[in-house]
Amino acid sequence: MQDVNWTALIIFLALFALITGLGFAAARWRKGDLDQLHEWGLGGRRFGTVVTWFLIGGDLYTAYTFVAVPALAFGAGAIAFFAVPYTIVIYPVLFLVFPRLWYVCHRHNYITTADFVRGRFGNRWLALAMAVTGIVATLPYIALQLVGLQVVIGGMGISGEGYVGDLPLLFAFIILAAFTYSSGLRAPASIAIVKDTLIYLTAFAAVIVVPIQLGGFAKIFAAVPESKLLLAAPGPNTTGAYGTYATLALGSALALFLYPHSITGILSASSGNAIRRNAALLPGYSFMLGLLALIGFFAIAAGVAGLPEYAAGFKQFGNNFAVPALFLHTFPSWFVGIAFAAIGIGALVPAAIMSIAAANLYTRNIHREFINAAPTDKQEAQMAKWVSLIVKFGALAFIVFVPSKFAIYLQLLGGIWIIQTLPAVMLGVYTRWFNDWALLIGWTAGIVAGSAMFVAANLTPTFNLVVGSFNFPGYSALYAVVINLVLAVVLTPLFNLVSGGSADETLAAEYRAPARA
Amino acid sequence: MSTGSGSEHNVREADTNWRHQKHAGWSWLYLLFLIQFVAVLWPPFYNKADPTLIGIPFFYWYQLLWVILGAILTAVVHFATED
Repeated sequence: MQDVNWTALIIFLALFALITGLGFAAARWRKGDLDQLHEWGLGGRRFGTVVTWFLIGGDLYTAYTFVAVPALAFGAGAIAFFAVPYTIVIYPVLFLVFPRLWYVCHRHNYITTADFVRGRFGNRWLALAMAVTGIVATLPYIALQLVGLQVVIGGMGISGEGYVGDLPLLFAFIILAAFTYSSGLRAPASIAIVKDTLIYLTAFAAVIVVPIQLGGFAKIFAAVPESKLLLAAPGPNTTGAYGTYATLALGSALALFLYPHSITGILSASSGNAIRRNAALLPGYSFMLGLLALIGFFAIAAGVAGLPEYAAGFKQFGNNFAVPALFLHTFPSWFVGIAFAAIGIGALVPAAIMSIAAANLYTRNIHREFINAAPTDKQEAQMAKWVSLIVKFGALAFIVFVPSKFAIYLQLLGGIWIIQTLPAVMLGVYTRWFNDWALLIGWTAGIVAGSAMFVAANLTPTFNLVVGSFNFPGYSALYAVVINLVLAVVLTPLFNLVSGGSADETLAAEYRAPARA
Repeated sequence: MSTGSGSEHNVREADTNWRHQKHAGWSWLYLLFLIQFVAVLWPPFYNKADPTLIGIPFFYWYQLLWVILGAILTAVVHFATED
């Protein structure tokens, strides 16, 4: 690996020190009693439109996204751009569904979707299914954030033999764990503001400086091989790359806001209206993500893969090294420090929120529901703090001891699993028509079918659905959730014949803003 | 949703309809969202290189443009409906 880049490293460490201080100081920001779970785990539901924008943006557009999407463009070309339609269509979904969820959760002090499902459908097993799905889908996601961090640490020339090489990662994680434990959601919320400012700075600098250096966009795209520039037009009897592209975008979009960390970000807003406003404002991040995807092409045009100084990086991190290599190649060292800090801190914000979200789920929907039904507020908050620690170090152990490709497989499977909570959660905020047991059977079928498709497709998320002689290659998550939905719809009237269904503790009026006089 | 330029009575009536709609929890304006779904989830619309914009192939600038158009549509629906 190349020599240590001291200038970049010093700036990186200075920014890290800054956000560490911020993370601990955040405990006193909009002060609340951190011995209550909704204060620790949702920041007291006090974040206005602007903080929510930074928080959800910093939460959803993760470090891994910023490394992996350009890496996919670098390696596979146009298909990587599905991240753009994906992050366009998430916002109508956010707008239509989640303000309603916010209102009902605020009214009943629900802090997770499993809380909501428990109240809405009165079925603890359905709620358990939601909680377990959320936790299992989140863990590999946390692990993947570390991949982003590893890549930039490696990019600064810090390396070591064996497990010694993972020490910087361990150090970053101890800091993360400590401020999350002491400040809860307020820590990532305050850090997100710094991190996103740095990310925007980096993205716009890259999109302006690199094309100037390389002689304009026309030259850059001329350097991209024909086969990577556009989607391959489908042959006869198949929807080909078009189907894959569209189903990946739509399926990912439907899944995104079902992830526990998304829900935590949404529920920490101070009003349903703050969420509606953000549905129109958050696309700012989508635009930046689109620009970052183009950076994968910049890396092709700059020819970084062929430069000897980056050979070791590409060997260790594969295409994920494309962006760091391009930054090292293009920017002065001090700016590399800022850009890498943006990506590194960009890993910590979502990792913190994800661990808080998983902790909320365990504490509320597993521990409280099945182990200790009447904890004090303090016991409940304390339990969540411990669980957040366990979750983070579990993820760290995973990434250190298990090859990172397994984290990637599990994260892909996680997307297929989490979308199976769609009928109960997203349709549940609009209708109580579904029978709870029908939903649970639909969920089970979706999980099994989706996992089977993933395995059948050689551990990839796109499954070739064959109907007669026609092929529909597409995102397994979307196919599996259709199976889930069809079963839930068909079984609901049948189950309703047998039993009257369970109680709903929510009222229609609770899904809207309180009437203004 | 135009309230027209009728008498005060008409305006008030439209206002009542408005509130009624708000309480139904659904607005026909939400159908505006369909536009962006169709525009970006149907690749045959945009899977081509020309025309380019400052050297960027159509495929890329079209989708980036829709990020902005989608945000504008969402803002329109936000201001035209109540939560």
